Amino acid sequence: MRHIISILIENEAGALSRVSGLFSARAFNIESLTVAPTEDASLSRMTIVSTGSDDVIEQITKQLNKLIDVVKVVDLSEAAHIERELMLVKVRAAGKDREEMKRIADIFRGRIIDVTDSTYVIELTGNGSKLDAFLEAIDRSLILETVRTGVSGIGRGDRILKV
Amino acid sequence: MQLTGAEIVIRCLQEEKVDYVFGYPGGSVLFIYDELFKQDKFKHVLVRHEQAAVHAADAYSRSSNKVGVCMVTSGPGVTNAVTGIATAHMDSIPMVIISGQVPTAYIGQDAFQECDTVGITRPCVKHNFLVKDVKDLALTLKKAFYIAKTGRPGPVLVDIPKDITNQKCEFEYPKAITMRSYNPVVKGHSGQIKKAVQMLLEAKRPMIYAGGGVILSDASDRLVKLARHLGYPVTNTLMGLGGYPATDKQSLGMLGMHGTYEANMAMQHCDVLIAVGARFDDRVIGNPAHFAEVARKIIHIDIDPSSISKRVKVDVPIVGNLPDVLDELQKLLDASAGVPDPKALAAWWKQIDEWRGKKSLKYKQGKEIIMPQYVVEKLYEVTGGEAFITSDVGQHQMWAAQYYKFDKPRRWINSGGLGTMGVGLPYAMGVRFANPKATVACITGEASIQMNIQELSTAKQFRLPIKIINLNNRYLGMVRQWQQMFHGNRYSESYVDALPDFVKLAESYGHVGMKIERPADVEPALREAFTKHKNDLVFMDFLTDQTANVYPMVAAGKGLSEMILAEEL
Repeated sequence: MRHIISILIENEAGALSRVSGLFSARAFNIESLTVAPTEDASLSRMTIVSTGSDDVIEQITKQLNKLIDVVKVVDLSEAAHIERELMLVKVRAAGKDREEMKRIADIFRGRIIDVTDSTYVIELTGNGSKLDAFLEAIDRSLILETVRTGVSGIGRGDRILKV
Repeated sequence: MQLTGAEIVIRCLQEEKVDYVFGYPGGSVLFIYDELFKQDKFKHVLVRHEQAAVHAADAYSRSSNKVGVCMVTSGPGVTNAVTGIATAHMDSIPMVIISGQVPTAYIGQDAFQECDTVGITRPCVKHNFLVKDVKDLALTLKKAFYIAKTGRPGPVLVDIPKDITNQKCEFEYPKAITMRSYNPVVKGHSGQIKKAVQMLLEAKRPMIYAGGGVILSDASDRLVKLARHLGYPVTNTLMGLGGYPATDKQSLGMLGMHGTYEANMAMQHCDVLIAVGARFDDRVIGNPAHFAEVARKIIHIDIDPSSISKRVKVDVPIVGNLPDVLDELQKLLDASAGVPDPKALAAWWKQIDEWRGKKSLKYKQGKEIIMPQYVVEKLYEVTGGEAFITSDVGQHQMWAAQYYKFDKPRRWINSGGLGTMGVGLPYAMGVRFANPKATVACITGEASIQMNIQELSTAKQFRLPIKIINLNNRYLGMVRQWQQMFHGNRYSESYVDALPDFVKLAESYGHVGMKIERPADVEPALREAFTKHKNDLVFMDFLTDQTANVYPMVAAGKGLSEMILAEEL
């Protein structure tokens, strides 16, 4: 099962390596990991996407809680939540492909944020499967570069992760 | 008052009431050693290798429940210390390691004696810090001691760049500390404890399985009270020996890979199991699938939530500090009208006594060759069971655990988790510093002892009257045993050739050496060592049977009840 785990962690040097080191040392799986400071600069918010059985996910949350710098851990996927990921794709956009690329980007509510006479950079936000679907929808051979941020997640409604 | 970083380090150690610092100086810690020279509130023990400093501080803690402290320099000082730190980490020993680092401006420049200490030690410490500002130093050291000894204890490393130790700032040692990210649980969940009491009282075939947590949290007296109240059998893990008196009639001895027949059988066949400060590790329950084949209810008390349901699913998890949880459990038991089913309990004890009848620890001592088990038994007799015993790792460690009956906690000091050869002698040193009048013996083998043999020099300098019981079988005994059993008798690299004359070696350091070759000489030699040479370090080189194996044995990956017994061979 795929889980989205949100962490509040002290914004100290090396905090990221404590988390990533834990995952590699205990052979836990990481699909994606994003981290940035919160509105309170002393705290960072991290979102980890991992897969594993319920037992494994239980161990992951327990082991994360055990890290001294970790303030709070929540398994977002236990209840209603929203996930988003940002992708930037640079594509070849020349001749007949140029119009088609713009059309597909529009369908996916993507925005073209850089234009040359032969390329576009398309910005796309959504959950992971939407971004995957976009990449499937365009001609593979036209993709020059893709950059994805990994998933950020937040609970719906009253579910708040705060100190 | 303005103090330098080095002065602050010394003041913090004094504020923490540290008696001994085990260490080794070097370039990056020179300012600290300079301040250490000017004070006399605590003593420094100069070892001969940094690994031994960490082991000694570790055993100092194990045998006293104080935080062990050691100090090493940057680069090789730290890398030498890593084995000791990992050893302490695996066994949850509260320690503070202070390491020097190259000056702040040099970090990352591949400077002389630079290494990424925080990176290297991160997976084998409870926590570590790199101090970047002298103003953070006192608070960081306060945190280090606090983290080391609270919750599930463990080693904490503080890496201090050299320039920080020479900069000044205002000093005030924080009195108390709160950390929003670290709040270990103390009290157990009362609903869960109620459930546990109910389950314990309904048991037909109960079993108490007590681990190192009992020792670390000083919960031994509570465990004894609980066990006596219920009349249930108790088994101890390797780390838990002494947590419940081994000579008590309710004790089934050690369980696990080399546990007694009765302990392993009772563990496998019980219907209610209460795990107290133990973690169901691979050397204890063998194959978890085999263990799960028998339906039983499990209550698990541990301070570390991640130890619960890690390898074995439990029914009643209780997270909390053992003494607190056991006190509450006892209170509920005392208030409860229920009592254990006497008929069922009598039948269970009858079954256990049948298992005991196997006498799984018996061995034959002939007239010619000394059996290693015999030496440990005689050591137990000669010391009246009152000695602090340290061991190295291997067959001799298992024989020590099986044949020296520990009735008190903190008397059995060994590397259970990491299994570090070479700990025995530095452990004995640490024990003796923490217990200056105690009888201390190190049960070791000719291979393990050579991994930190240089500490004979430290032992001489500090006049430590350790008795080294060297069970010398000229083999890496446990390796040889596995090669015999699982690798077709191919003794690949397990013969220990070119041994030194240990008697002369000990004498060259100024100690007493003895070589014992015949069974009849074992007891007299021990008596001589512990009386005539009471105040000397005595290196006792016992030439023992080369083919002796440790039994019973649960082979790796096998189930607990699939033991190989000596009598079956």
